[in-house]
Amino acid sequence: MRREVPLVLTAMVGLTMIIAHFIPPLNILKDMFEDWFFIIAAFAIYLGVLNLLRINADKIYKKQRDWPFGIVVILGFLVITIPGLFFSGGRSFSEVGTPFYYLYIHVYYPLSATMFALLAFFVASASYRAFRARNVEATMLLVAAFVLMLGRVPIGDWITVWLPEGYRLGNAADWIMDFPQTAGQRAIMIGIALGLVSSALRVILGLERTYMGGD
Amino acid sequence: MIKTHTPFFESKSTFFFLIFLLAILFLLTPFPVEAQETSEVEGEPVEEAEAPLPAPPANVTAKDIPNDKGGAITISWEKSADDGEGANNVTEYEILRSTNRDEGYEHIGNTAPGATSFSDSDTKNKVRYFYKIKVISLAGTSLSLPSNPAFSKVQWFDLSRLTLFILALIIGFAIFYFINSAKTGKELFIRKIAGLEAVDDAVGRATEMGRKIIFIPGIMDMDSMQTIAGVTILGRVAKLAAEYETKLEVPVSRSLVMVTCRETVKEAYLNAGRPDAYNDNMVYYLTDDQFGYAAALDGLFIREKPAVVFLQGQFYAESLILAETANSIGAIQIAGTAMPSQLPFFVACCDYTLIGEELFAASAYLSKDPKLLGSLKGQDVGKFIFLLVIFAGVVLLTLNSVFGWNLPNLAEKLF
Repeated sequence: MRREVPLVLTAMVGLTMIIAHFIPPLNILKDMFEDWFFIIAAFAIYLGVLNLLRINADKIYKKQRDWPFGIVVILGFLVITIPGLFFSGGRSFSEVGTPFYYLYIHVYYPLSATMFALLAFFVASASYRAFRARNVEATMLLVAAFVLMLGRVPIGDWITVWLPEGYRLGNAADWIMDFPQTAGQRAIMIGIALGLVSSALRVILGLERTYMGGD
Repeated sequence: MIKTHTPFFESKSTFFFLIFLLAILFLLTPFPVEAQETSEVEGEPVEEAEAPLPAPPANVTAKDIPNDKGGAITISWEKSADDGEGANNVTEYEILRSTNRDEGYEHIGNTAPGATSFSDSDTKNKVRYFYKIKVISLAGTSLSLPSNPAFSKVQWFDLSRLTLFILALIIGFAIFYFINSAKTGKELFIRKIAGLEAVDDAVGRATEMGRKIIFIPGIMDMDSMQTIAGVTILGRVAKLAAEYETKLEVPVSRSLVMVTCRETVKEAYLNAGRPDAYNDNMVYYLTDDQFGYAAALDGLFIREKPAVVFLQGQFYAESLILAETANSIGAIQIAGTAMPSQLPFFVACCDYTLIGEELFAASAYLSKDPKLLGSLKGQDVGKFIFLLVIFAGVVLLTLNSVFGWNLPNLAEKLF
């Protein structure tokens, strides 16, 4: 029963979602299942939070390796949760002037932006590795990247101004994006779409069970 | 002698004269309400001396929205001649509705200047409605003529998705056919997927080095097929880790994913005959926040220096942050995602990358279960259909450009 009930539920919901995609009056069921998922996920967040607190409290109590990080996690959790629950104006995190808004704008927001900004450095180091001309394919990638990067800035057109208009770096960059890049991306998208259909059918038919702990 | 103040209304005649003057003034003053009412004339503005009223919208038409569940009508009109041109003083359009052509129009919504359509999504099915559009400008308002009668109805099949429906049926039947063929013992050829072949070697390397394996199942919840595919690969990795007695850690960003991963890992350890080695703390929750999660994982990579990092699931901007950090500590990385925008990052930073469909093929490929392998063969039929359609489209467009035939219309209709 532990296995059969989830399998039957999965099959029912999956088939309903497929049928509702083609039969408009059944959209109400589709919306309802989606709402249910969000409700379940919202309640499940308590499981995650409790797990986070328990693991870090354990780490501190047993003085495990890197236990001071556990204190940072728990303090961080309390510092953002208590103002969020009791000092956020009761309506929205974006209500200006509340302590929670202050934390959001002056702590959370800059920290997220900092992490995001790290991407610039990572892009540079990843590009350096990817564009090394080790073989024919990597050399083609390097040449394409060179044309594309130069073609996207004004100097690209400026240094090739002596060429006929269709052959300047800006146009070459557009051509790379419009044809080889789009074709490659679409090929991947078609593969993904077919893979999704096949995976979804396996799940609905109960052939795929690993996600619920089965083989 | 002190001069006393003389009252203004010293005599009764003066008082009555003033009352008479006020009454005359009152009667001569025009009422503003009356002026507004007279400005609304159907189909044409009322002439006024100071500023002309806006030209009314023309050709108001109403029709049922196709391929929906009913309860909605779309209204379209030609915008007022004073909207964007002419007097250019239109501030908004007001949509009015009635079940009677000549009276009883009620306000149902507004649109901004420049709009030429509105969806009324609050209609009763099979009830006739008429619509009028009132154009509002600084000078006043004008009302259009009534629309044609329209009623909404339920459509039991979305005809705009007919092509998709037929394709889904063909591919679905192909998948069923190959699953059944595989059940009968028919040999099916599946090409080698390097990323999946490397899973065993990677776990073996972690064992030799005596370091951890860290598995990241993406940042999305269990409603994403990519997360499900990632969890499927986790099952295989956990089984190998249990057999080799290698430490496995699964930090997740969603509570439901945590619960699912725990079940999967627990079952894998049980199947490997090592339930004693399983511990709930192997799978733990960090945060739902995208960059908070990335920061926690970066710290984990740097401190723990795992031998292998699996990045399998749905990723966004954090993909490069994670892959580059894991690369910097020399971990073997096996990534897999169906996010086309993140694939280049994984290809650049990771040792192996499962590209799109390979991620979804992982469970079948790793389990070697004939039924699952059959479903992969069914996908090939879909690819063949897509190839045929692309080829036909190229031929039609080429013929058009060479001979000037009007085939693109046909191609557009078909594809």
